[in-house]
Amino acid sequence: MPGPGSATLAGAARDAVASSCTEVREATDLDQVGGVVPALVARPASTEEVGEVMRAAAGHRLSVVPRGAGTKLSWGLPPRSADLVVDLSALDRVLEHAAGDLIVATQAGAPLRTVQQTLAGAGQRLALDETVAGATVGGTLAANTSGPHRLAGGTARDLLIGITVVRADGVVAKAGGRVVKNVAGYDLGKLMIGSLGTLAVVTEALFRLHPLPETQRWVTVRVDDPAEAYRLVQSVVHAQAVPSAVEVDWPAHGDGAVSVLLEGRADGVAGRVRTVSGLLGGTSSEDEGPPAGWASYPWAEGQTGLKLTFVLSGLGDVLTAARAAGAHLRGSAGSGVLYASVAEPDRAPAALESLRAACAGHDGSVVVVEAPPEVRLAVDVWGPVPALDLMRRVKDRFDPEHRLSPGRFVGGI
Amino acid sequence: MSDPADNPADNPADKPAEGLAAVARRARELIPEPGVISDHQRLRTYECDGLAHYRVTPGLVVIPEDVAQLAAVVQACAEHGVPFVARGSGTGLSGGALPHADGVLVVTSRMRAIREVRPEDQRAVVEPGVINLDVTRAATPHGYYYAPDPSSQQICSIGGNVAENSGGAHCLKYGFTTNHVLAAELVTPQGEVVRLGSAAPDAPGYDLLGAVIGSEGTLGIVTAVTVRLVRLPEEVRTLLVGFESTDQAGAATSAIIAAGIVPAAIEMMDALAIEAAEAAVQCGYPEGAGAVLVIELDGAAVEVGQEYDEVDRLCRENGAFGQRLATDPAERALIWKGRKSAFAAVGRISPDYIVQDGVIPRTALPEVLRAIADLSGTSGVRVANVFHAGDGNLHPLVLFDDSVEGAGEAAEKVSGAILDLCIEHGGSITGEHGVGVDKAKYMPRMYDDDDLDTMQLVRCAFDPDNISNPGKVFPTPRLCGEVPGRRQGVHPLQDAGLAEVF
Repeated sequence: MPGPGSATLAGAARDAVASSCTEVREATDLDQVGGVVPALVARPASTEEVGEVMRAAAGHRLSVVPRGAGTKLSWGLPPRSADLVVDLSALDRVLEHAAGDLIVATQAGAPLRTVQQTLAGAGQRLALDETVAGATVGGTLAANTSGPHRLAGGTARDLLIGITVVRADGVVAKAGGRVVKNVAGYDLGKLMIGSLGTLAVVTEALFRLHPLPETQRWVTVRVDDPAEAYRLVQSVVHAQAVPSAVEVDWPAHGDGAVSVLLEGRADGVAGRVRTVSGLLGGTSSEDEGPPAGWASYPWAEGQTGLKLTFVLSGLGDVLTAARAAGAHLRGSAGSGVLYASVAEPDRAPAALESLRAACAGHDGSVVVVEAPPEVRLAVDVWGPVPALDLMRRVKDRFDPEHRLSPGRFVGGI
Repeated sequence: MSDPADNPADNPADKPAEGLAAVARRARELIPEPGVISDHQRLRTYECDGLAHYRVTPGLVVIPEDVAQLAAVVQACAEHGVPFVARGSGTGLSGGALPHADGVLVVTSRMRAIREVRPEDQRAVVEPGVINLDVTRAATPHGYYYAPDPSSQQICSIGGNVAENSGGAHCLKYGFTTNHVLAAELVTPQGEVVRLGSAAPDAPGYDLLGAVIGSEGTLGIVTAVTVRLVRLPEEVRTLLVGFESTDQAGAATSAIIAAGIVPAAIEMMDALAIEAAEAAVQCGYPEGAGAVLVIELDGAAVEVGQEYDEVDRLCRENGAFGQRLATDPAERALIWKGRKSAFAAVGRISPDYIVQDGVIPRTALPEVLRAIADLSGTSGVRVANVFHAGDGNLHPLVLFDDSVEGAGEAAEKVSGAILDLCIEHGGSITGEHGVGVDKAKYMPRMYDDDDLDTMQLVRCAFDPDNISNPGKVFPTPRLCGEVPGRRQGVHPLQDAGLAEVF
């Protein structure tokens, strides 16, 4: 799908962007966002320079798509327009790790892996899994990705304590701060998380941290019956074994598996492994490493990927619906968040419909994460979203001209 | 009974009085008699919240029984441009529920049903007037509890907790209200009823709920709340440790965090706070201590035992004496009694006091405590320190005698200087009590104009007419104006429109 490319961008606009940033180039097909090829790519090196670029874009009413490592640009819907990609990969520094205060400050373009390596040096971690290889901090926030550790560590909204953003009009603003406990002012960070670059460009983030565990053990059991899988998951989350993760892998055919991660001090973990092994039954096995597919999505290139949410008591119904729909499920059964892949494009719309009904029956939802273009066009990617009018009002205030990633988000936002 | 409209002489400004009278008429149509108060004497009952030195008599008090009544009152306010302020139990410590003289105080105390407790989903659904501790009481028979536990948990309401993003002693490990609320029903400042979030995690769309929690009633009124229930821990050990000085206690705290231990709580009290607590509740804290730590470890039994041994060792290495361990609920309650009654206890040693609430990076604790001691020394104003040491949330209690001329001003000055110390060290002007009316003037010290302007974009989205708890949080209201390209016209105010959003 060809987008409004360089041909439509006036010389004056081009010049304004070029003079706002030391690194600006013509976009290529590799810079496409969901099939839309932008005209220009600017790669600013500081928050101030992002401000300059955004002011230049505002002056010429250019549509802008922020980008980290570009690993999730196909998520959501394709933008209606993308004149300029703001590439944040030059803002890649870990600014400060205050180990004694259990916080880290990073730039948005810092790869999550780099951040974790820095923290590990002091025996700490940011409790966010890298679910897409190469993901940056900013992209992780924009797409609100999370993995198995969400059960114990929460998600980005539970870990982000401060944020710096550049608005559509180029104004730099911050909220929160460098202390974990802080209720001064509105929590703008929460609004940015999961907003897919439609409200502002995130340039810096501060997070609370957790200590790295001394020991990790996985206890896994094979299971083929949805009701039995549900019973096992309930028994583990209701026990007092404090699991870090309770995951399920549920292929379209054959046995599924329930895996429980236990972390902490060696003796304590050994005791809790015994507890959980007892709950999962005699055929369970204990491992020092994660099972295959851990902290990754079940879909492959060209397949349809869905995110399913539901309250915990809905697990059995969701597993049953997935089997009937020919979907492969994987994810955080103990949190009520699973990811589904549907291999054949022509089965995807029906699978989406039946899974959506199953999740809606348990206070949850299904959104399409990845999909081939023909599937994306044929289905409702976001599904029903309550409070859409209020969301539009927020968008209208932050980006009144609808120039930031227009159309990628819910309700055409 | 005097309706403001019946006595225009009471209200020199005619226009606000007319609007208020119209809202009062509508409220009387909707809400049975005891739920609408316009008698001046009775209105005065509501003139302040937990921060009693700000007092404003509200123009009208309504106490709705359900969301339909509450939404209709807010609709009437929107229609007539009348400001409204929500109030739960009125225990807030920043004047967040301070009424508006020409406005309506909407009290949620009659919306007190715990609608659902669903242990299999780890959720409960409660109305805003439900008392915090009652959620835990309802969940405990199922093996669960509600984690946020502000010191006022026996009387404060969930609606107030949502407005303030309340924390408590255990938020070091378990987080704040915002980490434990999954969904809410919100009455917008236009009187629309909308659902934010979902009982399932990660509801699609903007996290509007995340913006509403902690917005101190400036974005609307929450009328139902879906909370997360947390599994009761297998074992809890509470440790009371005496030290000679706050420096030693601070060093022990740092050593515990550095060892990779995340206790459920680490609380510190200094000598003056201990003296007050002993005078009030005879909690038996170690004699002669210059500081005490209350450390609580919870989780799986094996690990709690190991962590206890390590904490015990680290405390001794840092000069601890007089350790006391509580493993049963009665002993634990006694240790906590001294800490949880600390604010009120200060009344035993000083006729008046200011409760301050500031945050510093935890590692700056020794430095900031010394600076507070210096402030106290040079000004002659006594300061008792109580704080959540684990997360650097200070609650200095600034003591004074209001009958002594100038003492109140001197105390205010010391209290303000403590906030300056927090900001200088990269902290916050409030960790859990909120900005309210009390600290709005300090907001520009923490955030610049662009930061505050950006926050107020959210307010303009929710409340462009600035009628939802105006005058709180922000020192200067932003003029919202019209949004280019936005559809014009008023929001549907008819009952039909309301029924639709239900």
